[in-house]
Amino acid sequence: MPTFVRTDKCDGCKGQDKTACMYICPHDLMTLDKDGSVTGHAMKAYNQEPEQCWECYSCVKICPQQAIEARHYADIVPLGGSVQPLRGSDSIMWTIKFRNGTLKRFKFPIRTTPEGSIDPYGGKPAADMSKIEENGFFVQCNGYREGDRSELIKL
Amino acid sequence: MAGEFGNPEVVEEEVDILLIGGGMACCGAGYEVMRWAESTDLKIRLVDKAAMDRSGAVAMGLSAINTYIGTEQDPADYTRMVSNDLMGITRDDLAYDVGRHVDESVHLFEEWGLPIWKTDENGERFDGSKGMTPLKDGGKPVRSGKWQIMINGESYKWIVAEAAKKALGTDNIQERIFIVKLVNDKNDPNRVAGAVGFSVREDKVFIYKAKAILLAAGGCVNIFRPRSVGEGTGRAWYPVWNAGSTYAMAAEAGAEMTLMENRFVPTRFKDGYGPVGAWFLLFKSKATNAVGEVYMDRNKDMLDDYPPYGAAAVPASCLRNHLMLKEMKEGRGPIWMDTVTALANLRETLTPREVKHLEAEAWEDFLDMCIGQCGIWVGENIEPEKKNSELMPTEPYLLGSHSGCCGIWVSGPTDVGAPTDEAYSEGIPEHLPKGWNWGYRAMTTVTGLWTAGDGVGASGHKFSSGSHAEGRLAAKAMVKYCLDNKDLKPELDTSVEDLVAEIYQPVRNYMEHKDYSTAIDINPHYITPKMLQFRLQKIMDEYVAGVATYYTTNAHMLAVAGEKIDMLKEDAEKMRAKDLHELLRAWENYHRIITAEAHMKHIEFRQESRYPGFYYRMDKNFVDEENWKCFVNSVYDKKTQKWTCFKRAHVDLVDKSKLFK
Repeated sequence: MPTFVRTDKCDGCKGQDKTACMYICPHDLMTLDKDGSVTGHAMKAYNQEPEQCWECYSCVKICPQQAIEARHYADIVPLGGSVQPLRGSDSIMWTIKFRNGTLKRFKFPIRTTPEGSIDPYGGKPAADMSKIEENGFFVQCNGYREGDRSELIKL
Repeated sequence: MAGEFGNPEVVEEEVDILLIGGGMACCGAGYEVMRWAESTDLKIRLVDKAAMDRSGAVAMGLSAINTYIGTEQDPADYTRMVSNDLMGITRDDLAYDVGRHVDESVHLFEEWGLPIWKTDENGERFDGSKGMTPLKDGGKPVRSGKWQIMINGESYKWIVAEAAKKALGTDNIQERIFIVKLVNDKNDPNRVAGAVGFSVREDKVFIYKAKAILLAAGGCVNIFRPRSVGEGTGRAWYPVWNAGSTYAMAAEAGAEMTLMENRFVPTRFKDGYGPVGAWFLLFKSKATNAVGEVYMDRNKDMLDDYPPYGAAAVPASCLRNHLMLKEMKEGRGPIWMDTVTALANLRETLTPREVKHLEAEAWEDFLDMCIGQCGIWVGENIEPEKKNSELMPTEPYLLGSHSGCCGIWVSGPTDVGAPTDEAYSEGIPEHLPKGWNWGYRAMTTVTGLWTAGDGVGASGHKFSSGSHAEGRLAAKAMVKYCLDNKDLKPELDTSVEDLVAEIYQPVRNYMEHKDYSTAIDINPHYITPKMLQFRLQKIMDEYVAGVATYYTTNAHMLAVAGEKIDMLKEDAEKMRAKDLHELLRAWENYHRIITAEAHMKHIEFRQESRYPGFYYRMDKNFVDEENWKCFVNSVYDKKTQKWTCFKRAHVDLVDKSKLFK
């Protein structure tokens, strides 16, 4: 696999030109089998190169139908476990099932601001072109560390 | 209207500034460049082979920001750490500049919504959702090490990309376009004039002309045969999509490369390659041999073989591997991370609330950045408080932002005492600049070409935050360059027709010959990108100090590798692409070959073993401070396809002896 798409859940992102998993996969692995000629399942997505999968879970997290899961690397991992997230707007919930049946659940924050709310230059000064060759950036966020100049032994 | 497979539509565009890549460095550049360009009419474009929300090395997320200087440390302290970890040969000017700028980016990340763990006045730690005082106002981070701070970083890249995308504007971003080649200027072979690539979604080739180009497309993964060769091939420690594109394209454009002999062989949780930093630094875990002996204590004397680098409070990363490899080679494996003892010890000192939190912290460390490791733990029924986990040194990786320092030679800051002339004159090609700053900050030796992040050589340990800051430094310099060169008209030295033909050669190989045999993958007229990659990995593993030989090689083995790589390069012209996805793989693997060749040539040139634990030249198995405490740099001639390696003098700009007091 390592990520796989469940036939009972994938809706091919309702026939749009590209699926969410195709959009997001950093390694161009997820693809839509439009006519079913590859998988036998028309209009469903699949992982076209499983041995190149980093198990980054980008597709798992973004799938609107929660149709994507991971079956971990078969050449390494015994069967039976699963690690499945549910990513919300401010946190992510993980359900972790061991091969022996042990279950664990964790919830972690993922961001402190609403998604899409970043105002990149809001409240920030315009760049001062007279300072373009000086150290520092267009905006100072109290993070520039002017070091002790005596540490620089060639000056 | 798109073309058809084998006959792509050609899209030609001209911009002032082209950003190649969408990871931390280009996100930093995108954010900074638009503000400086606001009052100008500069046209800016970012091109990413994936989707910025989840591209680059931070795609999966991270559980820590590994470079945050804070108010209590000096950029010079950081510079010293970088130098010692990389065995004394780094550019202090570059590390120092990252050190004084990096926290600016971290403070932005927090403002944008990245949750950063904090400690309260009693020293108790809280996750980043609790609304405590931000770092920029004096909030106290949770230090997992001297330079690292803990975060809830599942959406780290998503957040940083959101800021960059909004700053750039969607009209200035093109995703799923893979740039495969830079084009030099017709009127000046040492200037870059453009870049070319193709869409992996539709039959289109893109030809960009640009005055200034930032090439920041990551490091290099999978040039060595990985320890797992089935499905587990994808479970590389560094992202499997980092194909050496930065190094290969820069080298072919004539950029001077540096320390391409350097590599990183991380010791990680076996097979899943889960991070060990938090386990060592935050949970205070120890690594032992099979019978419970701590190899860093047992083999401590071996550090004395490498003065002064073994004598620092934290010995260089490669030397820590060196001490572990002794245990493995002498039959005292497996190596264990003693998680059981570490967690038991912690339970004794923490409050009840913190103990409850501890288990979650241990799991989050993997879930934020290496979910595959959790897959192994659940499959093997490993609960870290009950069962220890194996450690293993991985296959080698080439990178410039983590604990490695290969990359491109760039112009540094002018105010920190860096040399402006060369101590050696012998062997350095005359067209190359003298000294460490010859112009615009972060510009390579090719006029108009910049790099950042994994691209910048001789200054490791930037990690995610430092790469972002470095992208911002480059962006400022690029704006200045464009304003200084308003009348510059880049002209490509190759015709568009020839460029298109070259990019689509693997498609043509397939179309012309596909009906010759019945089995699509077995055809004497072409080679699949996958098989070509296997061939490269086999050569590198067996002759250029991969895991097969316990990271050892010698001049004879390297000579054999050279012959085999020469033939591999010839055969690369016969790669096939049966679809756009395979065309992507074909070009990635071409970039891997050029990067691998640089690595091999540099190891051959450096007559010592500078990084014991990462690789050993068994015929020169020592560190030679007198003759080889210097940079090994190189240039590639794309016409003759030959490398020229040469030395550049190393100079300390901060006092390193402070590390050993």
